[in-house]
Amino acid sequence: MEAIRMENLVKTYGSGSTAVHALKNVSLYVNPGEVVGLLGPSGSGKTTLLQCLGAVIDPTSGRIALNGETVFDNGWKINDLRALRRDKIGFVFQAAYLIPFLSVLDNVALLPMLAGKSNEEARKRAKELLAVLEVDHRSHAKPAELSGGEQQRVAIARAMANQPPFILADEPTAPLDSERSLIVIKLLTRLAQEFKTAIMVVTHDDIIIPRFKRLYRLRDGVAHEEQGQNLPFPD
Amino acid sequence: MINLAVKEISHSWVRYVLTAVGLGLLIGVTLTMTGLVRGMLDDAIALIRGTHADLWVVQEGTMGPYAESSTLYDDVYRNITGLPGVAQASNVAYLTVQVRHANKDVRAQVAGFEHDQPGEPPYLIAGRPVAKSRYEAIADIKTGFRLGDKISIRRTELTVVGLTKGMVSSGGDPVVFVTMQDMQDIQFQKDNTTIYNERNRLSANPKLNRPGSPGLLQAVTEAQQSNQKVNAVLVRVTPGYDPAVVAETIKRWKHFEVYSYEQMRQILQVRVIANALRQLGMFMVILAIVSTAIIALIIYNMTMGKIREIAVLKLIGANNSTIVAMILQQAWGLGIIGFVVGKATATLISPLFPKRVELLPFDAFISFLIVIAICSLASLIAIRAALKVQPASAIGG
Ligand SMILES: Nc1ncnc2c1ncn2[C@@H]1O[C@H](COP(=O)(O)OP(=O)(O)OP(=O)(O)O)[C@@H](O)[C@H]1O
Ligand SMILES: [Mg+2]
Repeated sequence: MEAIRMENLVKTYGSGSTAVHALKNVSLYVNPGEVVGLLGPSGSGKTTLLQCLGAVIDPTSGRIALNGETVFDNGWKINDLRALRRDKIGFVFQAAYLIPFLSVLDNVALLPMLAGKSNEEARKRAKELLAVLEVDHRSHAKPAELSGGEQQRVAIARAMANQPPFILADEPTAPLDSERSLIVIKLLTRLAQEFKTAIMVVTHDDIIIPRFKRLYRLRDGVAHEEQGQNLPFPD
Repeated sequence: MINLAVKEISHSWVRYVLTAVGLGLLIGVTLTMTGLVRGMLDDAIALIRGTHADLWVVQEGTMGPYAESSTLYDDVYRNITGLPGVAQASNVAYLTVQVRHANKDVRAQVAGFEHDQPGEPPYLIAGRPVAKSRYEAIADIKTGFRLGDKISIRRTELTVVGLTKGMVSSGGDPVVFVTMQDMQDIQFQKDNTTIYNERNRLSANPKLNRPGSPGLLQAVTEAQQSNQKVNAVLVRVTPGYDPAVVAETIKRWKHFEVYSYEQMRQILQVRVIANALRQLGMFMVILAIVSTAIIALIIYNMTMGKIREIAVLKLIGANNSTIVAMILQQAWGLGIIGFVVGKATATLISPLFPKRVELLPFDAFISFLIVIAICSLASLIAIRAALKVQPASAIGG
């Protein structure tokens, strides 16, 4: 069974003469443990697609199923969607968007806490993740004291914190140099294999694109599946 | 769950604390003004409370003797003493004058009283009660007089033998107690020329100065000279009698106005100082509005400064209640720090006021509740903005 399945998805912003048809008819899938790339020119609807998948905005029509369960369109309320985001979906953005007044550790631990875990349990989990992402030596620093790459790794740790079955990453390597970009993608790929996480990565990055095994290209509101080069990561 | 409000404040506390302290000064001013109002209310009734009287008998149709002038003949009390239910009745007189001591004038309210009767000075903090019927006075410490000081009121010279505390008129002037005999002198003593002239006028009147009745002129002269007035008669009711019934009897038979302690208190507190209170009240309302605006502005600024983080929090699944709690707690924090600073400020500055400032724990408690209510109210705009922000706005681009 696919982890993510999207069928005939339509998203139109606004209505009438000012309507923007961002997604016209998108169908795609992602398997568990798979990292899939999402490409397309600026304004082609990549972010819109991720937001629909992540239950951040409502699609206009179509169907989305996560692990076989239809999450759109079955009349879910805002609270159900919030819980879905908290428990099932990890987000990584172009910028890390860490909470500046929380330590690195608490930024990651916040998610398990919001999900009802005790502080000790949440911090223990956050420590483990930071160690996996090799930023645990900066646990007690504030985000502003970290480099861009370190911040992005913390953001990935946060996205992983509730062990979500899905991670949606919107240009996660945009602020990073090519070397660090590769490290981040390598990390996501490792996490996907290790935890059977389904990961979708939006990117423009020429260093990264050849690493995908499978990818989708958005053009005129429709997603076209392509085979990637599946280049190995350098050590 | 970690406390996001506390985490944020401790991350950048300087501006927050400075704001809270500024707010605290405003609260301090408000608390001091509340204390001033309390002081005024309390001062207004200090004199009537000190009298230990049950009823005030005053001139018919007046609200005297404190709120307006009232005049009674000095023998009225004799008629009242005979009525059923009246245990004691005594004359009192009040006069606001300059009291002179060592070439310095002090504005004071001189109160005439009778020994062992209602209207007598209450508890003394120093010295002794008046022992002679003449030329001794009890002064409130607010006059600045000390035991043994020689003071003069108009043409009467007196010695201060005792001191009271907190005895002031409804206008806030300290009270100097003198015996009724001294009081009559102070109020009505005529200088020698006037006495001489009046005597001549009487003896020149053939109707009064008749050869056949030698005592007549003498009697008329004495009557005229003792034709003296007081301001009120204080009545203490015999235990077991209802003051209201006794008051009704006096009113009906003697045609005076009679007020109970409660009525007198209302006249003083409601009518006499109502205007002053209204002005202070107005000022406090303005201060409350200003404080609300300041807190609202600060909280709104703080919230808009982290609106992106709030969007991220929403995106990663934080409840609205988590976000509302963060904003409210920060607003309450301002209120709590502000209140502590304000209370300290009020306590420090209140002794510097010429009028008494009375800071009651009850008022502080009510003020605290109002501060918290104002903080909550002031957060509403920020909370609205925070709840309106879309989680999608965190993932622009
Ligand atoms: N909230 C919105 N309201 C109206 N139109 C929108 C909104 N968000 C996006 N759009 C429009 O939808 C289209 C797709 O936008 P989207 O942000 O998904 O593109 P993108 O592929 O992520 O572009 P980029 O590579 O520049 O990030 C664009 O034409 C954009 O102007
Ligand atoms: Mg985009």
